[in-house]
Parts: sequence; C-alpha cells; structure tokens
Amino acid sequence: MDVTAATALGKLVGAGLAVIALGGVGSGIGNIFANYVSGALRNPAAAPKVFGNVLLGFALVEAVALYALVIAMLLLFVF
Amino acid sequence: MAESHSPLDVFKIDRLVHLCLGGSVDPESGRCASGLDASFTNSSLLMVIVLVGVTAFFLLGMQQRALVPSRWQSMAELSYEFIANMIRENVGPEARRYFPFIFTLFMFILFCNLLGLIPYSFTVTSHIIVTFAMAIVVFIGITIIGFVRHGAHFLKLFVPSGVPVFLLPLMVVIEVLSYLTRPISLSVRLFANMMAGHTMLQVFGGFVVSLGVLGGWAPLAFIVALTGLEFGIAFLQAYVFAILTCIYLNDAVNLHH
Repeated sequence: MDVTAATALGKLVGAGLAVIALGGVGSGIGNIFANYVSGALRNPAAAPKVFGNVLLGFALVEAVALYALVIAMLLLFVF
Repeated sequence: MAESHSPLDVFKIDRLVHLCLGGSVDPESGRCASGLDASFTNSSLLMVIVLVGVTAFFLLGMQQRALVPSRWQSMAELSYEFIANMIRENVGPEARRYFPFIFTLFMFILFCNLLGLIPYSFTVTSHIIVTFAMAIVVFIGITIIGFVRHGAHFLKLFVPSGVPVFLLPLMVVIEVLSYLTRPISLSVRLFANMMAGHTMLQVFGGFVVSLGVLGGWAPLAFIVALTGLEFGIAFLQAYVFAILTCIYLNDAVNLHH
C-alpha cells in the first residue's frame, strides 16, 4: 500500500475512533441531569437555585464532545 | 448547476470591500497580492450589525426610564441584572469594575450567535479566530490582573492546598497545564458549538432537497426542532463563556483554589 492510500485509510479510521469519546460524554450528561432530577425531587425549593450550575456542567461536558468532533475534522480535512 | 454546494459553504468569508494596506489586490482571486488584507468582509458587516443592535437594544430600551418598566426596558434591565448577579455571586461585590467587560463580552457573543441564525446571515463566532481572539484577551487580561493584584504570590494558584509533598511537583505541572489550556477550551467550546450547529442545519437541508416533496418533510421537521435547539445553545454558550470568565477571574482575584 502506498503512502497516500495509507494516509487516506488512516484518516478515516482515526476519525471513526475519535467518535468513541462520545460514549463518555453521553454518560456524563446523563449523570448531571439524573443527579439534578433526583435532587430536585428531594428538595424542590432548592431546584431553581442550582439550575444555573446544571447548565454550566452540561455545557462543559458537551464541550468535550465537540473537542472530539474538532479532532475528527482535523484528521479528515487537515492531514 | 456545475458547482457543487458543500455544507461548509455557509462559513465562507466574502470580501465586500477590498482593502489591502500597503499593497494591491490580485484581480483574479480577489485576495491581496501584497500588503495587509484589511478588507471589509461579511464577518465585519455582521460585527457592525451586532454593535448597532446591542447599542440600539440598550439605548432605545432605556429611553423611557419609567419606574414601572415597559417590555424593552424590562429586557434591558433583566440582562443587566443577570450579569451583575453572576459577577457578584462568582467573583464578589468588589469586582464591579469588571462588569463592563464581562457584560460586553456576553452581549456581543449572544447577539453574534443569535444573528447567525437568521437565514442567509453569517455567524461571526463560528470562526475559531474570532473566539480565540476573545478567549486569549480574557486569558491574558486575567493573568495580568492576577499578577498586578498579588505579585509573585499569584503563583500559589498552581499549588493546591492539602496535597502531600511528594505529589507536589506532579500536581503543579498538571495545574499549570490545565491553566494554559483555558483559552483553548474557552474558544473551541464556542467555535465548535456554533460550527457544529450550522453544519448540521446545512446537512439536513441537503437531505430535504434530495428527498424531494414526498420524503422531505421528515428532515424539515428535524431542522425546525434543531433551530429551536440552536436558539437555546446560542444563549447557553454566551452564558457559559461569561460565567467561565467570572470563575477564572475569581481564581485570579481571590486566590482560594
């Protein structure tokens, strides 16, 4: 196999492998909202106060998913 | 229809007014043959529109200054209080001097994200250079604030308390590295969210066209739902950028790590 074909193959496999990170991200987001719902059911009065932290946590975990996307794009289109 | 449209065409920069400082324009490609390219692009146009929009939102909204606010005045006061509370909670009451900066940051990112959702418009924050410029300004500014306020004592930020001595070298290296990746994470988070959102809308738009009249309704319904989600993400990403700036500012100003 010559270099360009190997590079093309490597790019595609690499981009596919980068998507594996999304498993952890899905678990993390579910974790955040599961804990929020469980806490809100125990203490409904405190729920609105902590909702800001829930959104912040969600955005931070979502960012990890997007880092994986950026790495996949980098592998596919830059190399 | 000789040219094929890629979903990434929506991020293309079009020079509206060619301006090459100290050089000349290459007539075929439209780029600058020499000199600094300071052309007025569609990105610049949207930034001007955002500037005019934010200024109009606050000037016109607060024109009446009624004690019982009208709707526009309520919106203006709401956004002011939102950021003022955020700073007071996360940094402390003496950080009021940083309010104009963080407020400008939040309103600029919010309006850039929202105006990008108008069809045929352009999302300023979907380019990494724009978000990186904002993030590096925040990072360098906060580092300078930290050094000015605490001097060399600022480096205590990288030494977490309650760590056994033999772990300390490793912990300091990890803390410094995670500090240095802050501008990267801040910029990539906003950029990737905006780029991914618009790319998905474009890709599903392509599906609507290719599935035709019979099957095109399903991706169209998904695009409607996705656009609603994108409005939410526009607000959320502006909020997250602002609140992370407040948290990093808190780390620098009050050194309790």
